[in-house]
Amino acid sequence: MIEAALSRSVQRWCKGATGATCAAKLSGGASQETWRFDISHPDGPIGAILRRSPKGYGAAPTRAAGLAAEAQLMQLAYEAGVPSPRVLHVLVPEDDLGTGFIMQRVEGETIARKILRDQEYAAARPRLARQIGGILAGLHRLPQDKLPALRSRGATQEIAEFERDYRSLNWPKPVFELALRWLRDHDPGPSVETTLVHGDFRNGNLIIGADGVRAVLDWELAHLGDPMEDLGWVCVNSWRFGEIDKPVGGFGSREELFAGYEASGRKVDPERVKFWEVMGTLRWGIMCGGMMQRFREGPDHSMERAMIGRRASETEIDLLRLLAPRGS
Amino acid sequence: MQDEPTPIELTKAVADFLRSDITPLISGHQAFKLRVAINILDLVTRQLTREEGSDAKEVERLRALLGLDGSIAELNRVLAERIARGEVDLATPGLAEHLWATTMDKLAVDQPNYASYKRELGRGG
Repeated sequence: MIEAALSRSVQRWCKGATGATCAAKLSGGASQETWRFDISHPDGPIGAILRRSPKGYGAAPTRAAGLAAEAQLMQLAYEAGVPSPRVLHVLVPEDDLGTGFIMQRVEGETIARKILRDQEYAAARPRLARQIGGILAGLHRLPQDKLPALRSRGATQEIAEFERDYRSLNWPKPVFELALRWLRDHDPGPSVETTLVHGDFRNGNLIIGADGVRAVLDWELAHLGDPMEDLGWVCVNSWRFGEIDKPVGGFGSREELFAGYEASGRKVDPERVKFWEVMGTLRWGIMCGGMMQRFREGPDHSMERAMIGRRASETEIDLLRLLAPRGS
Repeated sequence: MQDEPTPIELTKAVADFLRSDITPLISGHQAFKLRVAINILDLVTRQLTREEGSDAKEVERLRALLGLDGSIAELNRVLAERIARGEVDLATPGLAEHLWATTMDKLAVDQPNYASYKRELGRGG
């Protein structure tokens, strides 16, 4: 039982803790799980989240930074004032919980459609694009000498990698070919500056409350690279959830995003941002293809996976809108 | 020739049954999965309704664009290769129109509520 192991664990490192209750699995694939639970404490329960790879699932997929790196990055972000959950404990073998970490639970909403529609967030919404700019600037300024070991990826390598992923699907798509061609023709080369890149900073991976962004989640694709990558990815139409005229996650304009970023003393290169938006749109399209392949060949024969395969065409229309726009 | 009702009518009947009779009985994660299942049947119905017509037009455009004949899959493969080699690009007469028409036909089946699609449909399809 996971609660028993959590109870023993929290009593070792959380002063005054008497146990763990209300454990519930929030999400889980074969190799990684997220659980919520409460730490019982005389001062009142402490909300917590466990992110772990169960025993026997140590190896992270090639693009992922790994849970240990994720914990380190979140802690660094927290210390630098980037909204992030506080890491409470990094799992050790005595915990008998696998590998991973326990963090403070941040209350708020992550479901993009609710954030974009519900009245509760109406006052926060117009401020989010600018706030996100400031958060990304803070994230890109995290001290590089304190970062864990991360893969390093520039534009040229990413194009090659996505092309390889796409070709391995054996799924000829003229629009994807056009996008690959465009990316090669517009490859901006190495960025002037290499920084930490979050890698999956978008509406859906942010905890948002009535007061704005409370935490940045899902650091597993963090790497070193062109900081403009994060600004492009947050603008990909797939993360606007229908609010297509508000490029920044459906919240607001690129101008607001850029203003928030530059107000924190960092420079935006809009051309590079556009490049990464096109790259990001194709990236999600190829991922949809990967889902289709896994549905067909892999153990996960779920309807959800099958239907994600059918979402590749959404990225095709978005690529055409970016690369071959029609008159208004 | 197979008997009737047609596959379109049969699929629609199942989707309607799940939607009206089963949905009220189910909650939680199973309700989510049921919605996905209904969405799949609706997609299949749209595809069965539209595919024949849209494929025929797509093949016609591909033949004109490539100057050769073949199945829809073969022709798409050739077009993909020519774009990859840079022999065909957006300056090629008819390419942009072809890609737009083909993509719009896909969205009409896959996701007719997608906001980008609805916007482009408003421009005249």
